[in-house]
Parts: sequence; C-alpha cells; structure tokens
Amino acid sequence: MSTGEVTTPAAVGVRRRRLVPAWVRRLDVKVSPYAYIAPFFLIFLAFGLFPLGYTAYVSLTDRNLLNPVSSFVGLENYANLLHDDYFRNAVVNTLGIWVIATVPQLLIALSLAHLLNTKLRGRTIFRMSVLLPQVTSLVAVALIFTQLFSRDYGLINYVLGGLGIHQIDWEAGRLSSWIALSVMVTWRWAGYNALIYLAAMQAIPDELYEAAAIDGARPFRQFIHVTVPMIRPTIIFTVIVSTIGGLQLFTEPYLFQPIKQGALGGSDRQYQTVAMYLYEKAFGSAQFDFGYAAAIAWCLFLLIAVISIVNYLVVRRIRSAEA
Amino acid sequence: MSAVAQPQPVPAPRRRRKIARRFGSAGPLTYLFLLVVAVVSAFPLYWSFVVASHDNAAIAEYPPVVTPGHHLFDNIRRVFSSGEVNVAFWTALGNSAIVAGVVAVSVVFFSALAGFAFAKLRFRGETVLLVTVIATMLVPVQLGIIPLYIEMIHLGWVNRLPAVIAPNLVTAFGVFLMRQYIVSSVPDDLIDAARVDGCHTARVFWHVVLPAVRPAAAVLGLLTFMMTWNDFFWPLIVLTPGNPTVQVAVSTLASGYVEDYALVLTGTFVSILPLLAVFLVLGRQIIGGIMRGAVKG
Repeated sequence: MSTGEVTTPAAVGVRRRRLVPAWVRRLDVKVSPYAYIAPFFLIFLAFGLFPLGYTAYVSLTDRNLLNPVSSFVGLENYANLLHDDYFRNAVVNTLGIWVIATVPQLLIALSLAHLLNTKLRGRTIFRMSVLLPQVTSLVAVALIFTQLFSRDYGLINYVLGGLGIHQIDWEAGRLSSWIALSVMVTWRWAGYNALIYLAAMQAIPDELYEAAAIDGARPFRQFIHVTVPMIRPTIIFTVIVSTIGGLQLFTEPYLFQPIKQGALGGSDRQYQTVAMYLYEKAFGSAQFDFGYAAAIAWCLFLLIAVISIVNYLVVRRIRSAEA
Repeated sequence: MSAVAQPQPVPAPRRRRKIARRFGSAGPLTYLFLLVVAVVSAFPLYWSFVVASHDNAAIAEYPPVVTPGHHLFDNIRRVFSSGEVNVAFWTALGNSAIVAGVVAVSVVFFSALAGFAFAKLRFRGETVLLVTVIATMLVPVQLGIIPLYIEMIHLGWVNRLPAVIAPNLVTAFGVFLMRQYIVSSVPDDLIDAARVDGCHTARVFWHVVLPAVRPAAAVLGLLTFMMTWNDFFWPLIVLTPGNPTVQVAVSTLASGYVEDYALVLTGTFVSILPLLAVFLVLGRQIIGGIMRGAVKG
C-alpha cells in the first residue's frame, strides 16, 4: 500500500479499490458486460457466420483451389445444379434417409423419456445406458455398424438368416442402405433426445396431471393430452436440431462404402447425401471446384431453412390439434 | 423461434418425490423395455471389443463368434506400429488430446464469462443478445466450410492444429448452460457483497462467480472435450493423414484396410476408450449437464 493512501484520512482502513473514480465504476457497470459476451460473438462471426455468408459470394464465381484467380459467373453454378442428376439424386437420398432416421428416432426418444420419467430403481444406470451411444464418435458408429451390416460376416445378416431372411447386401441397395444408415443415426441420437425430453417432462407442474386424472384420463391419454403439448417447445427444438443435423448427414454414409475416397456414396451413388456431394466437388475427386461446391452448400442451406420452417409450423399445431 | 426463446431456469431442488407420486413405481414391463434398450445401446460397443480381440480368421467364422478372444494386444500393436499401417496413431491421439483440451478450457472460460453477464449483469439489448446466442445453435455453420478453408489458407493453418481449434473456441450451448447455472446457483447477495467490498465486475467474476460455477464448468468441460474429440467433418477436410486427429486416423485406417475388420475396429475401440472411461466414472454429472442445458417450456 502506498504511503499516500495511508496518510489520507478517508482512506484509512479502506482498500485501495474504493478510490476508483465514480466514472470508472459507471463505465465498468455499463460497458463491461459487452466485453464479457464479445468473445462469443466475435469468434462466431469470424469462423461461423462470415464463412456461411461468404459462401453465397463464392457460389457466384468459378473459384477453384488450384486457380485462385476467379471470375464472376453469376448464377451459372445454380443453373448447372438444376440439370445435375447427381445433385438431384443426392437431394432425394438426403431427404429419404432423413425421414426414416428422424421420425422413428424422435418417437423412440419420446417413449423412452416417458418410461424414464417414472420412479425407477437404478435410474442413473438406465440414464447412462441410453446416453452411451452419444459418447461413441460418428466415425466409430459408422465403422462398427458397417461391420455389423456387412454382407458375408455381419452379425445382422446372421440373425436375419436365422429368421429365414437371406443375405441382404445392405450397402448395395438403395432402400437397404438407407435403412442401415438410419439405424446408425437412430442408435446414436435417440437416447440423447430422450434425456432432453425427460428434462422438459420434469418441469411440467403436477397439477395438470392431477386435473387430468380427476377428469378420468388414463396414463396414455395423459401422455397424449398433457405431456406432449406441455413439452411442445422442446419437441420443436429437437425436430429442428435433428433436421439441421440430419440434412447435413455425412460421416455415416461416407464411411459406409468399401472404398472411401471420393465420397461417392456407393457404386450407383445410392446413398450419396448432399453433404457428400459437396465434399466430392470441393475436396474429394481432385476437382477442387469451390464455386460449384459453394452453390451446393447454399442450396443445402436453403433446403434446411425451408424444411425447418415447415417442421416448425407442423409441430406448432400440436397444441391446437389436441385442444 | 419464439418457442426456443424462453429458457426457464431449472428449479434448483429436484422434484423426485412429486414425480414418484405422479406416476407411481415403474412396472416390470418398463424395466424389461429399458433393459432391452440398455442392451441395444451397449452391444455395438461390446461388439467392437469382440472384433478387436480376434484375428480376421475368427471374424470370418460361421456362426460368428460373440465372445472376446485374446488377440487384442496383437491388434493394438498393429495399429500403433506405423510400419505395418501407414497411420500416425500416436500423433493422432496426442493431437486430439491437445485440441480437445484447449477447446474445452476455452469454451468453459468464455461461456462462464458470457453466462455471468447474461445471468447477473444488466445491460441494454440483453434479451435480444441472449436470444441471438440461442438462435446461433440453429445456424448450420458447417455449410461455410469452403470460405472457412480459404480463410485457413490465408492464415497458413491448413494441416495445423489451430485450424481445428479456433472455430470451436466458443459454443452457444456452453453460454446457455452457464447462464442457466449461474442464475440458479450464484446468489445475488454474494455478488452484491463483493461489490460493497469494492470489487469491480472483473474481480467479481474471478473471485466469486468462477469458484461458484466449478461443478457446471467440469460438466461443460467434459461435454466439450467429448464433442471435440469426436469431431470429424472439418478435421477430415483441413488436416491430412500425416497430422491427423484420432477420428481422421481411424477413418484412414478404414479406407486403406477395408477387409481387415480386426485392425479397423481395434483402432475404433482405442479411439472410444478414453471417453468411455470418463463416461463410466462421471456419467451422472454429464447427464445432469445435458438435462440442465435442455431448452424447456
């Protein structure tokens, strides 16, 4: 402590920070909150929002990794996309896999959450077991299930063989590969979503169930008429997050094919997703066609936005439909 | 968006008793169903261990072997000896530990900072900014990878670890989780007392808030570590098999040695093992963190 402070009567016994002028304190209170939230926004801007926005610009050029001098080509990339059969194929695959992966996954998650929302012995063990797949990386999920689904040595074909269903070549067919991929997605995400729903279910006031019980509603009807409408915001959230994630599906199909280079999605591109096609054009087959890939990315972005909004509008109707 | 824009603080005391009253005890069918789910959840992981502990001849047997063999250490040696397979597995494990560790510390720190501001400080535009943070969770930023890659070329970070660290230094989930925790667990009185003692805001954060959020910080750190460890798409693009993360290394293993399931799944098993160990020890806390961070009502 400096001698000046000790000799000032007002400062005796008072710590030094008290001497900070009033305007500094006011500045501290008014401005410092912005400084605390700034890192989040700056980093998100630099590595999230800016690249996403800049994608729109790149998509209007013929930019190429090997030829950095790019020229403006207007909507040419988009015009080419409209006539690109591989792109149309990828969109169909992505939507197909997304539907058969998301719908069962969220229904399983809902019922699982409902069951976990009871008085259970070994609650923690059960909750941990449903979260276990989430700890497993996408790469690991893809590789383990690729082995399980393999035509000749796969355990799944062995079990199905016992039921009289013979040797499905999961990877070769369109629908069969979609089913295999949706199994991977569902396995990894159903439990996680169940915990999210469970958290929301625990926030529902008891009175609603009591009222429903007095009205004579059985447990199943309570689930439909109380639980589901009450956790509607959470359902909307998970549906939108699953849409965003599901439409960008990449890792599972990328590692599902025997020869991984190029991200073609099978010999007939039967399970090539849009994200894989983007990867193929930008990084996969030595084309480094950034302009075209950026156009694919922007189309996928629009697709995600449109489907998310549609989902939002559909799921939002839950309450009015049930009322 | 309005639906996700109304985060409610989690009520601090758990309502275990009320729930019990609401639904009564679980019946045998519930247990049976949950048991089946547990088995289905665990089986693929067990299976990767089974395959990793056999040689390829055993894996090709019919009917398939479903119990562990004793080739695990042979297989692990094959994965790590870069002479036989050209994958830098030690480098990969080291890289992943560095990347996930740095990202976890950074996310915890910046999330606590922003969470503190949103929970306890009053400033103009607070609500709008918080909603913006939550809304960023819904922006598919992965679609910006092409400009991001161009950015990395300009920064000279292609094939270097900063390329996979920098974009992950903050997460909206972290900010939201920390905000929720601080609202419900750091009393205003504590902060006011510190202010009366003459602490400016940064000291309040450092001496009062940061020690108080330690439990949530640990959970957020673990979750972030796991997510980063498991990240694949961006590392695949910006790194090379010569300087990979563990996920890139495992996928390289798979693309080069397709039919060698024993080798591929041994690499996979090794890549899961660290997270599995952490999860088995701290699973309860991790589940608490996920449920607390859920967007409700």
